[in-house]
Amino acid sequence: MSASNIPDPALLRGLTSRRFGRRDALRLSGLSALGLALAACGVEGKGKPAASVAPDAVAKFWAGKTKNGHVDFASWPLYMDPKKPELAKFTAKTKITVKYQEVIQEMGPWFAKVQPQLSAGQSIGYDLMVITNSFQFSQFRDSGFLAPLDLSKMPNFAKNAAEAYKKEAFDPGNQFSVPWTSGITGIAYDRKKTGRDITKLADLWDPAFKGHIGMMSDTQELGNFGLMAVGVDPAKSTEDDWKKAAARLKEQKPLVRKYYDQSYIDALGQGEVWLTQAWSGDVFQKNVSDGTDFKFVVPEEGGTIWTDNMTIPITAKNPVDAIELMDFFYDVEIAASLAEYISYVCPVPAAQEQIGKDAAKRSGDDRKAMEKIATSPLVFPSQADYANLHYYVSFDVVAKQQAYQKIFEPIVLG
Amino acid sequence: MTAQTLQRQVAEEAPAPVRPRRRISGTGLMHAYTWILIAWLVLPIAVMIAFGFNDTPGRYNQTWQGFTVKWYGRLFEYEELTGALVLSLVIAVVSSVGATALGTGIGYALGRYRFRGSGALNLVMFAAIASPELILGASLLSLFVSLGVGPGVVTITIAHIMFSIAFVATVVRARVVTLDRSLEEAAADLGATPWTAFWKVTFPIILPAVFSGLLLAFALSIDDFVVTQFTAGTTTTFPLWIWGATRIGIPPQVNVMGTLIFVGGVLIAVLANVRSRRAQRD
Amino acid sequence: MSLFRRRLAPYLLVLPGGVWLLLFFAIPMITMLSLSLQQGDIVSGYRFTGHWQTYLDSVEAYHTQLVRSLVYGAIASLAMAVLAFPVAYWIAFHGGKRKPTYLFLILLPFFVSFVLRTISWRQILTDEGPVLHPLRELGLVSASFHLIGTPFAVIAGLVYNFLPFMVLPIYVALERIDPRVVEAARDLYAGPATAFRRVIFPLALPGVFAGVLLTFVPASSDYVNSSVLGSSDTTMIGQVIQAQYLQNSDYPTASALSFVLMAVLLIGIFAYARLLGTEDVMKVAAR
Repeated sequence: MSASNIPDPALLRGLTSRRFGRRDALRLSGLSALGLALAACGVEGKGKPAASVAPDAVAKFWAGKTKNGHVDFASWPLYMDPKKPELAKFTAKTKITVKYQEVIQEMGPWFAKVQPQLSAGQSIGYDLMVITNSFQFSQFRDSGFLAPLDLSKMPNFAKNAAEAYKKEAFDPGNQFSVPWTSGITGIAYDRKKTGRDITKLADLWDPAFKGHIGMMSDTQELGNFGLMAVGVDPAKSTEDDWKKAAARLKEQKPLVRKYYDQSYIDALGQGEVWLTQAWSGDVFQKNVSDGTDFKFVVPEEGGTIWTDNMTIPITAKNPVDAIELMDFFYDVEIAASLAEYISYVCPVPAAQEQIGKDAAKRSGDDRKAMEKIATSPLVFPSQADYANLHYYVSFDVVAKQQAYQKIFEPIVLG
Repeated sequence: MTAQTLQRQVAEEAPAPVRPRRRISGTGLMHAYTWILIAWLVLPIAVMIAFGFNDTPGRYNQTWQGFTVKWYGRLFEYEELTGALVLSLVIAVVSSVGATALGTGIGYALGRYRFRGSGALNLVMFAAIASPELILGASLLSLFVSLGVGPGVVTITIAHIMFSIAFVATVVRARVVTLDRSLEEAAADLGATPWTAFWKVTFPIILPAVFSGLLLAFALSIDDFVVTQFTAGTTTTFPLWIWGATRIGIPPQVNVMGTLIFVGGVLIAVLANVRSRRAQRD
Repeated sequence: MSLFRRRLAPYLLVLPGGVWLLLFFAIPMITMLSLSLQQGDIVSGYRFTGHWQTYLDSVEAYHTQLVRSLVYGAIASLAMAVLAFPVAYWIAFHGGKRKPTYLFLILLPFFVSFVLRTISWRQILTDEGPVLHPLRELGLVSASFHLIGTPFAVIAGLVYNFLPFMVLPIYVALERIDPRVVEAARDLYAGPATAFRRVIFPLALPGVFAGVLLTFVPASSDYVNSSVLGSSDTTMIGQVIQAQYLQNSDYPTASALSFVLMAVLLIGIFAYARLLGTEDVMKVAAR
């Protein structure tokens, strides 16, 4: 940055001296011009809430699009083995190169970042992006920012995906998305530091851990935990419930070290926090890559389940290549390979068997680790497991979402 | 303001011999204090440079694990980081040239002439320099969003030119104010038109100041974070990349690049200084 | 003809840059003002409705952060004034031939990216870092003591990042003091302390005030230091504004808060300039 900010005497004279009458007249006319200018401004909205896809939209979008040999893929950290074996296999098979970038950390900032560009019809530099089924998903869809998928181009998905993923509430019939993975938000903790097992949400309010508790900064995640902590089912919550949950979270504030995006896992590793709101797969991966022994638990009062989905932005330059890559991930072997590393909920049930087979081929620690994944309820939950898991609060009207945001945001923003 | 213009100011004004003062222990204390403060200012730079030599296995460059120079060889390992750095350099070049072109005119006019609106213009210059970057960035984003223009490289460059103009103008103005008019008049007496007089007489004299302004604009641009974050969209410049990487872990390559930029900047400043001193001696 | 051109010359020179600034400095302020009076949401768009209640709502929601930012900015400026004065004094009066070198050293941090500097501080002050780890080993601080996340760390960061903006104006003011004035004071039997208190310091004061002006504004509106070195308890208004623009896409609230911040700072500056009388500040500022 520069150094010479010393004000000029003339400027300060200008700052503080009186104006003449003629100037006043000029100012008045200026003001009315200003008024006109102000009123003329506005921000173009691109859609209506809950707009549905026109029947020929799919055909219209995909008409004339060709393969270009490259995909720019935007995703979250810890969603792929750093060596990217699956992408290597894809390129070997199809000759399409993939540039994979872990640029998404939180849904709010991601939407805010790409919205102006998508609104202006500009490319955001990515053909494929992974977005969560949070409120922002509706914003993306309703703004018309997502390309309608041509499911005829996705045979693997049709064959291998679990039925539940073909009729999700937030995108029935997979008009715009197919799942990348699902995940569970629970509590991760360092047993050595906490001194005892953590089993309940209430443990996050334990004063014994003051200054070493981590929570998430995403209001949907935070709000869900608050609601479950006061015994309310998020799906059935009302605005009054939100206020009660917010009050409970405010009580927790003095104990919380920080409200994190995905960097909670880093803080846990560094010992800044001893227990934290966390995503299931991250803990597995941290243990494997850094040799730590953190535990993950779905709290008794309940945990949150969410789905991260592959979508194609409407301004993507290489949609044909992108949809081919999307389908590639639904090949059973590839899905198994992904699940083995990222340890999140796999949308391909046949992968469970595949991992079992892969485990049998390995030995020792590797084998144990893989068997653990094959049998883990965190990667392949049973029906009973799902009973204790809740989705994010959903909003049918924008005003409700804004109210929700205004209730929970002050907790995170100090 | 660079050390160069400061130094010129010092040389031009008081030809100060060491003033005899009788502050005994006071002086010694202040001397020590000054060096302690300078050490404190330099500490994070030293840490940054040091960790560019850290022999760390992965991406977490936090604890010292041994000395190595390998990162200097593996500088371009991270494609996105290299891309961000290159983009920062390109934007810096374009915006500094643009800002200098636009700002020199303003600086010269303010220093040389008295005209209606110069007061208001001075005020605008002051406002542009003193405005918090947050407000500059936020207002630009408001503009682009209202116009439906997508943020990106172009908007970043526009923003950088905008905030650099005032700095360039200030530097040039300071030099022009102390200009000896008699040279221009002599040129006019010898039959030169104002245009010729400007380019053949005045401009070479103020060129060092213009160049200082250019360097200043370049430095401001390559380092800028706040305004860039508001006008970038998904584009990534070097400071933005670092910011994004703090969550995942900053690789040593960032330290190496920071070190190289630092050393480069220092060298240029020192060289410019030496040249101007030599020019003055002539 | 040439006289006309000469009269026109300054305007022509100023035109390109002036237009640029008009388009990208002045007009954006207007659009920001307009945005602050709009309603809607990001999906269906924002419309201008003259809805000024946004100002009241946002100030009500975030007045804590606003006040906190001004307080942190003020503390940081004050700290900078205290820290910078002795240095500026020493360089001005005892720097001799090495003055440019000292000033150059003071400016060294600016050759490193702002973000990188702040992150380096984070590395130095982190829980198990080179400062706290030995202190903890020696038992001088408790196990749960931490620097990162405290107001101290944030203010220290602000002081570090903006200190040169304070040193330079004070230096310039001190540099201009005619040595004969001080000698005259000595001749009138003033001891060193008195000479300082009644002659040097008052003459340097405009520099101090200029420095405070140039550091208070950026320090109060900063958000990088608080993001990197702070916690949610230290949230400053800059972070709120940034979050509303770049995380929530809530442009009206964000713009309203920006204007409130600007207004507060401008009022402060005007009051400041009036208080001092612009004369004094001009003496320092004249280059």
